Amino acid sequence: MKICVLVKEVPDAAVQKKIDPSTGRMDRSGEKNLNPYDTHAIEAAMQLKESGAMAVDEVVAVTMGPDSAERALHKAVSLGADRSIHLADDSLAGSDVAATGYALSKVLEKEAPDLVLLGQQSDDGECYTIGAVVADHLEFPSLTQVIKIDVEGGTKLRAERQAEYGYDTVEINLPAVISVGDAINEPRYPSLKAIMGAKKKPLDKVSAADSGIDAAKVGGDNSAAQWTGSSEPPKKEAGRIIEDEDTAETVDQIVAWLDERKLI
Amino acid sequence: MANILVYALQYEGAFNKNSLGAVSEAAKLAAEIGGEAHAIVVGQGVSDDLAGTLGNYGATKVLNVEGPEGLAQPVVDAMAAAVAAGDYGYAIFGGGLLGFEVGAGLAARLDAGVAMEITAVRADGGKLVAERPILGDSAISQISFRSDVGIIISRLNAFEIKETGGTAAVESLSVEFSPFSGQATMITRGEQRGADVDIEGADVLIAGGRGLGAEEGFELCEALATAFGGNSAVAATRAVVDAGWFPYAGQIGQTGKTVAPKLYLAAGISGAIQHKVGMQGAENIVAINKDANAPIFEFSDLGIVGDLNKIMPKLTEAVKAKKGA
Repeated sequence: MKICVLVKEVPDAAVQKKIDPSTGRMDRSGEKNLNPYDTHAIEAAMQLKESGAMAVDEVVAVTMGPDSAERALHKAVSLGADRSIHLADDSLAGSDVAATGYALSKVLEKEAPDLVLLGQQSDDGECYTIGAVVADHLEFPSLTQVIKIDVEGGTKLRAERQAEYGYDTVEINLPAVISVGDAINEPRYPSLKAIMGAKKKPLDKVSAADSGIDAAKVGGDNSAAQWTGSSEPPKKEAGRIIEDEDTAETVDQIVAWLDERKLI
Repeated sequence: MANILVYALQYEGAFNKNSLGAVSEAAKLAAEIGGEAHAIVVGQGVSDDLAGTLGNYGATKVLNVEGPEGLAQPVVDAMAAAVAAGDYGYAIFGGGLLGFEVGAGLAARLDAGVAMEITAVRADGGKLVAERPILGDSAISQISFRSDVGIIISRLNAFEIKETGGTAAVESLSVEFSPFSGQATMITRGEQRGADVDIEGADVLIAGGRGLGAEEGFELCEALATAFGGNSAVAATRAVVDAGWFPYAGQIGQTGKTVAPKLYLAAGISGAIQHKVGMQGAENIVAINKDANAPIFEFSDLGIVGDLNKIMPKLTEAVKAKKGA
């Protein structure tokens, strides 16, 4: 069986994120890292493989993005993926969620995985949506924000997640697309050897044409959701900040603040 | 094409509040762009009477579909069938997990544009423009659509519920479900994990997050809530509920409760958007966190950068002393 894990390069959490005012797109320059949620997806794939719960022959990391996105793939293979695929093409730049999901589904179609895993959200875009887009194109059943996966009989998964009314348990036949939350596992740290060896694992760079992507459906100009401007939200008055140096004094200040507002 | 289709999520005979808000918002917007707001309900044996109550929130027509509940893909099939048979320019979803899944799946199915985390929608020249806060809510992007159908997935609690006293015609819609949407089956739905705690009526909420370090950290929150006395309670973030540190019934945010206490004190909570949407209506927000860059300080009235293990016990003693004075 084959598991494909969708990964994404995102600006490092410590980088102040900003928007390019002329295009409305996120300025993705600066330090980047593998999206933290995706490390949970890779770990989930590795646990399915290593536990023998599924007969996994191969874990393949897949990303779409500019040249720099290769580093996210290096990180993914250092965490255990066997090889990686980089969909890179200038025509894809600026694709919205629907176009990105379509493009990724074309790459996945060629790979014919039994299971597609991904992180439930990206650190930069904060949307939960890409998994559901990919699943519909692949015509696979899908579940997002999953925090537990058990394998039943090798071809069926039992997945748990928290939804609107409590915890749901859902049975899903493979092939399927599952996005995972950070409660699903504790991702491992790559060993030094794995980091050094990452660049030696196979990395295929594919273009939009290689993947059979319809050029009229991707890229910023062809995306159906269009950014048309930005505005500033109403300013909220900044709150007061206390750096705790002397805790007794800090607590006095908190109590006085609460007392002024008749909250005690 | 100016009608708006709204997915109305129902569970055990009641509609989700966010869905009702989405119906109200769609009714308002439809009037501005010269169309009607229709709702679609998917479930097992949902009565036409229940479906028809959506008329009171502004829907003029409700499509009642017999199908599996709690899973997104059958709803995508149903909405795609409705769009094929009707005259829709937009589909709107209230906040919540299923809305994200259905909206995204529908975007793929219809080759449509999708905008999510939307906090406001306005009509402009007969079209809808969606507003999405980005970068920790420091800017707002305006998004419009060039597809036949535009899909708008709102943030939790974005839309106000308005009762109109109107009525809706209910029609059954028969849907042929895709083979793949039958490949997922709900085994148990809405399981409540942990004790039943009530946080919605509390005036003072002491909420704990991952920064508490361990399940035992909640003892600090409980002690402080007890010191406040009266109508106070302890609440939690999704991360610690998923970790099993606190009951699901006490969770605030996207897949939990929405609260608006007089005082909300966050201990070890970073303040992710998914949490913020459930508590930003609190009158006074106090945050204790050791990370000075935590997003919660952006929307706190009083922020304390420090070690909660040092501050909380002393604060508990001081509140007790003040109460006793």
